[in-house]
Amino acid sequence: MSAVHIENVHKSFGKLEVLKGVSLTVEAGQVVAIIGRSGSGKSTLLRCINGLETIQSGRIEVVGHTVTYTDEKLRALRKDVGIVFQSYNLFPHLTVGQNIMLAPRITKGVPKEEARAQAEKVLAQVGLSEKFDVYPDNLSGGQQQRVAIARSLAMQPKVMLFDEVTSALDPELTGEVLLVMEELARGGMTMLLVTHEMNFARSVADFTVFMHQGKVWEMGPSEELFSHPKTPELAAFVKSTLK
Amino acid sequence: MIESFGWPEFMFLVRATGWTLVLTVVAFLFGSIVGGAFAIMRLAQSRILRNVASVYILVIQSVPVLMVLFLSYYGLSLAGFDIPPLIAASLSLGIYVSAYLAEIWRGSIEAVPFQQWEASSSLAMTRGQQYRYVILPQALRISVPPTVGFLVQLVKNTSIVSVVGFVDLARAGQLINNATFQPFQVFGSVAVIYFLICFPLSRLSKHLEKVLHVGRTH
Ligand SMILES: Nc1ncnc2c1ncn2[C@@H]1O[C@H](COP(=O)(O)OP(=O)(O)OP(=O)(O)O)[C@@H](O)[C@H]1O
Ligand SMILES: [Mg+2]
Repeated sequence: MSAVHIENVHKSFGKLEVLKGVSLTVEAGQVVAIIGRSGSGKSTLLRCINGLETIQSGRIEVVGHTVTYTDEKLRALRKDVGIVFQSYNLFPHLTVGQNIMLAPRITKGVPKEEARAQAEKVLAQVGLSEKFDVYPDNLSGGQQQRVAIARSLAMQPKVMLFDEVTSALDPELTGEVLLVMEELARGGMTMLLVTHEMNFARSVADFTVFMHQGKVWEMGPSEELFSHPKTPELAAFVKSTLK
Repeated sequence: MIESFGWPEFMFLVRATGWTLVLTVVAFLFGSIVGGAFAIMRLAQSRILRNVASVYILVIQSVPVLMVLFLSYYGLSLAGFDIPPLIAASLSLGIYVSAYLAEIWRGSIEAVPFQQWEASSSLAMTRGQQYRYVILPQALRISVPPTVGFLVQLVKNTSIVSVVGFVDLARAGQLINNATFQPFQVFGSVAVIYFLICFPLSRLSKHLEKVLHVGRTH
């Protein structure tokens, strides 16, 4: 069974149709990059996968959950699907450690000691062990984003979604975040990532999906897709990102 | 007989101050509980709850608190309920307080960035958990200055209860002035007492803001 199965999904905001029949399958352990111009529907697609956006038609299945919009079904889905946003969205009133331990403790009933050990483990994974008791505002953007990734990982998700997680960062800070993601990918995590980092997509993602006008315009193994675009739209897009 | 403003008169003011404080505290506590519930209802997912809360807030804010006071004091006693002025007064003020706090707190909750809702719901939290662990702690900090500002107004607005025969600080000042005819001493003292109540409140607000600000450097 595939980890993520998206079938002919249509999504509109009012009269504006943003996803016009999107289908996509991701197998467990695969890393898939989603690229495309601004407004092509990349974020919307990603947010549909964990039910943050409601679709009008089609079907989405994620690690055994059919995306269904009841509170209970959504919570069950979200225990298995992590998402990291462009703007980190850490909880500013909690320390790094508390940010990470909160959800496992209250949503999964993980005992305190176990949650703490788990938090220390994921924090080490993103290279921030010494920041356990620090508040988010005292961290750099890159560090905050790594904490956000750790916070998601602490839920032990089966799939991770990343929406332009380096776009808000100063260029010198993107590397540390990309490195964490690369290690996650190597560790076998199933990942879907919307990104503007073409080199990262090309070197880390098994497959890349090019979205255009609300559709999967072209997709294929990353290396091949970037070196031999089949559609003029992708060719133009790739060219525009090289500048 | 004309008396002068001396120690007994001053003690009379102090006792009246006690009543002003009691009224303020009771009205504020009652108003907080009811107002808190209405603030959450105002933001509920159910349209019915939202509408009920909107109507309540709208009605209470459109009616002068004086009318609520008359209604609960004279109206209820006409209907056969014998309620003491203290209860009538604190209940009426509490209702008035609840509508304003509901709006202040709704605004504070809405001031928490919506991304905090998205991040917490993406971590599989229930709506109750989101409120309790993520949203309300942040809304609390935002709500401190307007809430304390309102409380300071409330301390002074409690003087309205004199219309049902309740002797609060302002009313006590009037009574003493009628007897002594020393307005400068009497109302000067009254003003100082109000100041002594309200000034520490403002300081408390600053302090609370700092305490609740832990970990935030800007
Ligand atoms: N909540 C919303 N309400 C209305 N329109 C929306 C909403 N979210 C997105 N849109 C619109 O849907 C379209 C697709 O948006 P989306 O955010 O998915 O694009 P994107 O490919 O992620 O773009 P970017 O690269 O700029 O992030 C855009 O036209 C956007 O304005
Ligand atoms: Mg986007």
